[in-house]
Amino acid sequence: MVTQAYAQEAAAPAEEHVDGAVDATHADPAHADPTADTHATTEAHGGEHGSDIFPPFDPATFPSQLLWLAICFAALYLLMSKVALPRVGSLLADRKARIDADLAAADASRQKTDAAIAAYEAALADAKSKAQGIAAQTSDAIKTELASKRQAVEADLSAKVATAEARIASTKAEAMTHVDEIAAETAQTVVTQLVGDIPSESVKAAVAKASKE
Amino acid sequence: MAGTDPIHQFVIEDMIPIHVGGDGTAGSGLNLSFTNSSLFMVLTVLAITTFVLLASSRKQLVPSRLQLTGELAYEFVANMLRSSAGTEGMKFFPFVFSLFAFVLTANMFGMIPYFFTVTSHIIVTVALALLVMSVVVIYGFVRHGFKFLKLFVPSGVPAYVLPIVVPIEIISFLSRPISLSVRLFGNILAGHITLKVFAGFVVSLGAAGFLGWLGAILPLFMTVALTALEFLVAAVQAYVFAVLTSMYLNDAVHPSH
Repeated sequence: MVTQAYAQEAAAPAEEHVDGAVDATHADPAHADPTADTHATTEAHGGEHGSDIFPPFDPATFPSQLLWLAICFAALYLLMSKVALPRVGSLLADRKARIDADLAAADASRQKTDAAIAAYEAALADAKSKAQGIAAQTSDAIKTELASKRQAVEADLSAKVATAEARIASTKAEAMTHVDEIAAETAQTVVTQLVGDIPSESVKAAVAKASKE
Repeated sequence: MAGTDPIHQFVIEDMIPIHVGGDGTAGSGLNLSFTNSSLFMVLTVLAITTFVLLASSRKQLVPSRLQLTGELAYEFVANMLRSSAGTEGMKFFPFVFSLFAFVLTANMFGMIPYFFTVTSHIIVTVALALLVMSVVVIYGFVRHGFKFLKLFVPSGVPAYVLPIVVPIEIISFLSRPISLSVRLFGNILAGHITLKVFAGFVVSLGAAGFLGWLGAILPLFMTVALTALEFLVAAVQAYVFAVLTSMYLNDAVHPSH
């Protein structure tokens, strides 16, 4: 392409070029032949043509580069914006949505767990208070029952004590009456032994008199 | 000697001649031929499209390596644009992604021996830079009308300084397409020439016998080091191009700064 451009410039001298002076001295043989036999010259000066005109600044290549750049970049832009990037974008959006959903689910689960723990603790406290109530009730019942039983037993015992005391007292009283008799009999026997027979009535009276003193 | 000529790699050769107009003789009219440059533009587009489509072909929740690479490229450009031009600038995402991918892939193709480097021709970088500036200017005026011109009037500057500041702003705006295109073009061109020159030394000295071999060691190491540097430059220049595009688009989206 460079060489073709060159041949064009050589064929049309009216089209002056900044490197004209260099061209004239450097690449004269190529330009001496203005025919379109460019390939021959390209072969002959294969490595030389780069120095004729610096390729990146060769305006003859501009239309082709601009056209193909426009085509390629437009195609790239369309492919990226319509097909490729939305696919990658949807991948990232899907992952973000999935992560957000998972996080929300985890949060919901955590809240559920918290609620369950709170309910458990409430039930536990309730059961504890109930158990304490039951225990207190039971101990009260036992206490009252115990007290009533003890009262009954005590009453029974005191009644038995009273009857026993009464019996003792009667036995004692009876014994005491016998004491007089025994004393009288003993005294009569003693007196009889000492003084002979005396009426038992006088002995009894004497004993009674003595026991009173 | 074409083997070591550092300029030969930039020569554009017709592959499928297409001539429009002219008088039928060679070189007359518009030469719209399909050239080696065109071939590598097409290959660049095909490579990018294949990569992104393959990366997104199997929609996996836990991505494969290829899918992860595609997603990383997507998010890299998306974050770059969002941080520069905000959420409103995201409508230019396919544009910036295409630019970044095109420049990066073209630069990287240029690092493969015997491959043509599309971005080493100033007309390509100028076209891309002018495309960016056209998008900025056209969108700016469509979106904001004449308020877009506030771009040249920085807020908070005293009125008596404006006669100095406004021309500076205008000049800096007008120089953007030049700096944007020449930066990319110059880096790629200079890098490829340097690489070729040092590699040429190795070949020339290597042909000169034992002493030549000894002398070739240094340029050989230089060639290796420069190759690594050029890979870096290829990536960095694509990144710079995309970042600057994002920042210029920010001016179109939010002209009053």
